[in-house]
Amino acid sequence: MVRIDKKWELRLYVAGKTPKSVTALSNLKKYCEEHLKGQYRIEVVDLLEKPQLAEGDQILAIPTLVRKVPEPIRKIIGDLSNEEKVLVGLNIRPA
Amino acid sequence: MSKSQKNKEPVQYGTLPKALTGITGLDEITGGGLPYGRPSLICGEAGSGKTLMSIEFIVRGAVQYNEPGVFVAFEEKSDELAINVASLGFDLKKLQAENKLKIDHVHIDRSEIEETGEYDLEGLFIRLGYAIDSIGAKRVVLDTLENLFSGLNNQAVLRAELRRLFTWLKEKGVTAIITGERGEGALTRQGLEEYVSDCVILLDNRVVNQITTRRLRVIKYRGTVHGTNEYPFLIDEDGISVLPVTSLKMANTVSTERISTGVKALDDMLGGRGLYRGGSVLVSGTAGTGKTSLAASFANETCNRKEKCIYFAMEESPNQIIRNIRSIGIDLQKHVDSGLLIFNASRPNLHGLEMHLVAMHKCIKKYRPSVVIIDPITNFINIGSVSEVKNMLVRMIDFLQEEQISVMFTALSLNTIVNEQTDEGVSSLVDAWILVRDIEFNGERNRGLYVMKSRGMKHSNQVREFIITGNGLQLVDVYLGPDGILTGSAREQQMLLEQTGEAIRNSAVTRKDREIIRKRKVLEAKIASLHTEFESVEEELNKVYLEEELKKEILRKNREEVIKIRRGETEENVQTSKTSRKK
Repeated sequence: MVRIDKKWELRLYVAGKTPKSVTALSNLKKYCEEHLKGQYRIEVVDLLEKPQLAEGDQILAIPTLVRKVPEPIRKIIGDLSNEEKVLVGLNIRPA
Repeated sequence: MSKSQKNKEPVQYGTLPKALTGITGLDEITGGGLPYGRPSLICGEAGSGKTLMSIEFIVRGAVQYNEPGVFVAFEEKSDELAINVASLGFDLKKLQAENKLKIDHVHIDRSEIEETGEYDLEGLFIRLGYAIDSIGAKRVVLDTLENLFSGLNNQAVLRAELRRLFTWLKEKGVTAIITGERGEGALTRQGLEEYVSDCVILLDNRVVNQITTRRLRVIKYRGTVHGTNEYPFLIDEDGISVLPVTSLKMANTVSTERISTGVKALDDMLGGRGLYRGGSVLVSGTAGTGKTSLAASFANETCNRKEKCIYFAMEESPNQIIRNIRSIGIDLQKHVDSGLLIFNASRPNLHGLEMHLVAMHKCIKKYRPSVVIIDPITNFINIGSVSEVKNMLVRMIDFLQEEQISVMFTALSLNTIVNEQTDEGVSSLVDAWILVRDIEFNGERNRGLYVMKSRGMKHSNQVREFIITGNGLQLVDVYLGPDGILTGSAREQQMLLEQTGEAIRNSAVTRKDREIIRKRKVLEAKIASLHTEFESVEEELNKVYLEEELKKEILRKNREEVIKIRRGETEENVQTSKTSRKK
């Protein structure tokens, strides 16, 4: 069930430690541990610290999860509370 | 436009501070620009010029008022935008390099984005905040914010975030423009106007009779007076120009200086000195009566005085006019070459009335002429109603008077009702009205010219015959004879006739004179002969008398002789007695 051939590079954009960001991060970690154990890397970007990074990934909403690898880039906005949507969105589980 | 003055106004009176847009005319309508430090909404249909107006606001702010700006493009990429406005002479790349402008392209693709759970638009805020802070921006444009609605699903979040965005922009103290597509029954599709309440400008692109006119209206502007009308605007190579329609006050300064029309005899008819500077004159007449010739000689005269003249040709091309006018001995080409005469030719139905007005405005503002000629105004009727044309001309005259520019309109009058109305409509506006008309008589057509009215001067009430010769225009007194007014060859004929009559009369007179002289001579001769006769008669009479005397003498002598003889005296005695008697 676990795909070994792929490595997942995820980036989560947050703006400070807001409840939504915290929820999103903990949700993300939970899903990754469940489905992508050992094959993922999560990078958290706090835009309050590095606002210049917002433009590169076309960030509008906070929190935004960007799947950098594998291509194509996918974005999921919100606190990631809906596991089904997150998994489909990240192409972990086919829709 | 005295921008510095307007800049001070809010400070002086403590009213709403405003940020000048630098867009020609818009600052006049809004009384100094958009509300400073507040968001304004520009809405309109697709292609109504929203993006252009907002980018001009940003660029002019950066270039003219040293207020850097951020342009957030939701629709176009930064490169595309740069290319689109390069035709207007805006170099976005350079401005970006100078840190006067920042373009942030916000790309929203629904297919890339999945929504799950709660979110907010803090990312947009951060981006915007970063962009503003990095160049110290004072102006922000969000074009078109409504794209957010197509990219994101959660309307409740979006609306709440938009409200927060506008509050945040106000707190930032930036003057912002938000653009929005016009919606059904509302100003914008997403009802953005409920968030932006300070200033709302509606752009409109209307097609009437196949001619498009862009219009602008300030729907709402809190805390200030503003023009409420619809104002036409023009997008051309210099960006947007809005025409502030009519100045409300009629307080133009007037000049008493007079300028020549280029036709000496016409000047004489106009009180001897021509038209007032800054006045308006209408030359109307039927086809082929020499209206353009009159206009051209006015232009020629102006250029000869080394003053500038703009000739708006609505019917003929400049080259055509130059060629045709050369045939009456006026060389306009040299004035064109010296830059004093500027031709501006356009077909009336090229664009709407308002556009013509705006285009003329621009041209006049650019060259600052002292005389403007519009030849002819007639065809404007094709693209607008009589009252619209009249309105346009009122504004034109108003503007020209303000600038102290003299204007000559020519108008073709046909025998149709519409055009008679045009004449009527315009004639009440102009200061002087010269009518050129056909006088058809004796199988030929001649031109008659008279001054219908001329405000503020004692003008001639005479009809003059207007003759176009190879050496320019001439006015000749028409012949007023027992048979009425005679012109052209009839006039010439009449004049010849008179000359003949005179000659005949003259010769008659001389003949009579000679007769008299002859008669006198005869009489004098008669007198002389009578005189001689009298002398001879007198002589005769004298002779008789002398003979009588002689006879008497002789008789007396004889008697004495007889007496002597009877007395017996000798011859000597007789002799002595004779001498003694003589003693």
